[in-house]
Amino acid sequence: MSLFDTRLQELHGQLAKGELSVSDLVEHSLQRIAEVDGRIGAFLHVDGDRAMEEAKRLDGALKEDKPRGLLFGLPAGIKDNIVTEGMKTTCASKFLANYEPIYDATVVARLKEAQAVAIGKLNMDEFAMGGSNENSAFHPVHNPWNLDHVPGGSSGGSAAAVAAGEVYFALGSDTGGSIRQPAAYCGVVGLKPTYGLVSRFGLVAFASSLDQIGPLTKNVEDAAWVLQAIAGHDAMDSTSAKVDIPDYISALTGDVKGLRIGVPREYLGEGIDPAVRDAVQAALKQLESLGAVWEETSLPHTEYALAAYYLLASSEASSNLARYDGVRYGVRSANADNLMEVYTKSRSEGFGPEVKRRIMLGTYALSSGYYDAYYLKAQKVRTLIRRDFDQAFERYDVLISPTAPTPAFRLGSQVNDPLTMYLNDICTIPVSLAGIPAISVPCGFAQGLPVGLQIMGRPFDESTVLRVAHAYEQSTEFHNMRPAL
Amino acid sequence: MAIGIHEVEHVAKLARLELTEEEKRLFAEQLGAILEYAAKLNELDTSGVEPTTHVLPISNVLRGDEIRPSWPLEQVLRNAPDEEDGQFKVPAVLE
Repeated sequence: MSLFDTRLQELHGQLAKGELSVSDLVEHSLQRIAEVDGRIGAFLHVDGDRAMEEAKRLDGALKEDKPRGLLFGLPAGIKDNIVTEGMKTTCASKFLANYEPIYDATVVARLKEAQAVAIGKLNMDEFAMGGSNENSAFHPVHNPWNLDHVPGGSSGGSAAAVAAGEVYFALGSDTGGSIRQPAAYCGVVGLKPTYGLVSRFGLVAFASSLDQIGPLTKNVEDAAWVLQAIAGHDAMDSTSAKVDIPDYISALTGDVKGLRIGVPREYLGEGIDPAVRDAVQAALKQLESLGAVWEETSLPHTEYALAAYYLLASSEASSNLARYDGVRYGVRSANADNLMEVYTKSRSEGFGPEVKRRIMLGTYALSSGYYDAYYLKAQKVRTLIRRDFDQAFERYDVLISPTAPTPAFRLGSQVNDPLTMYLNDICTIPVSLAGIPAISVPCGFAQGLPVGLQIMGRPFDESTVLRVAHAYEQSTEFHNMRPAL
Repeated sequence: MAIGIHEVEHVAKLARLELTEEEKRLFAEQLGAILEYAAKLNELDTSGVEPTTHVLPISNVLRGDEIRPSWPLEQVLRNAPDEEDGQFKVPAVLE
């Protein structure tokens, strides 16, 4: 059993009694990374020296009888699109290969307040665009459960690092499923909070109306702890919500008696792997045995979500990525003879094919003559999708579906077909468009690879989502299973 | 639905991207396929439906017009590809 398999409260107890030190935890993380990350590729950058210095400082603080932060001493990995002061932040892009931020993202500052220890930056699809982590400009990530398979994306490094026991928890980001889908593929827990719950200040923007940062952890309890540390209004993010933050940890009562679950039929139709469907059905039976009730329902506009998403996300991305012009940061092409070429050559040399593809799509959809037909239309469809959820939540407390239509696919098997790649997100995308919270928890295996159950909730009702996920998880053994590495 | 190479070139110019001939052909094909899929949205009658620009009902987040500390110039220029005299340096803007 790994040191990181110890429950969080128990670790804190051992730290308090001096049976364990923060240096022990950080050393364990660094050793594990040295042992397995050559095969997995989860990390883009490990800062062992900085982490050990921080560990020594926290070990010193242990001796003083001061109140300790929520995440005291826990080694954490941070997705490389979240800025960390003095630690390279590349977004897995050649364009930002040498970018060293001059500030910390708000979530990073909050992790520091909670006294977690940042170990390094995690691999991802370039600029968060992708569903397999094959779009990293540096190297792909391998699924710890089967190294020939993808970990999912775009937070592939985050999910793999947690699954392989390299860090105690990780932060990822989710725009169309980028926390939940890799969590499902790697057999870990991944939570996308309600849009606006967690500050986006310092998250390199992909699609501003969709992006959210969230935790990836080995169990639901840890996700509640991390969320507690990072959630809450931030004056530096004008899209962050002014809401009271409840106690997520005490929400984990284990009680789901009388819980009303809706299962939208559109998420269990054609295109869903039968083994995935079976795992979800088994999970529903499990929840019934715990006292919940479920019934089939419908979210009639589901089939339009993918198209709306790709138009909206790409359009927002084309605007957000316009800042990469080679002027103030990032690589400037050595081949530029004039200002226009500074822009075009820096961008063309710095961006990978998927990024270019989405910028092209977004630019087209926003351009004169096409704006109404594509972008505006997609925004109206977004309203219809949101309404489907609002109506469903009048009758149900949570909605349940598979997180992804299939388990993790083989590396290289979808790279030539962008549209097929996009279809891996059909279960996660509608949630993003509606801005509601959702979690993925492990619920079984298909062909030896993990399957995730997606639990969706009302806006700002993370407490219920976490409670249901936790109750389900604790009645199964999936969260205790580890890949053989 | 096919997109012509000229359209691809026009969009690339707007996006400040320089594409190879091969990339132009590939994008014409791939974007065409994606846009054809996106045309699906026309099956829906959205007359009278308000667009959702943001899921949260927040607007006009303002603060008082007070001067607050910013970053030292040296920090701001830290990642500059080229700089001079405390300014970001670029090739001539006007001929």
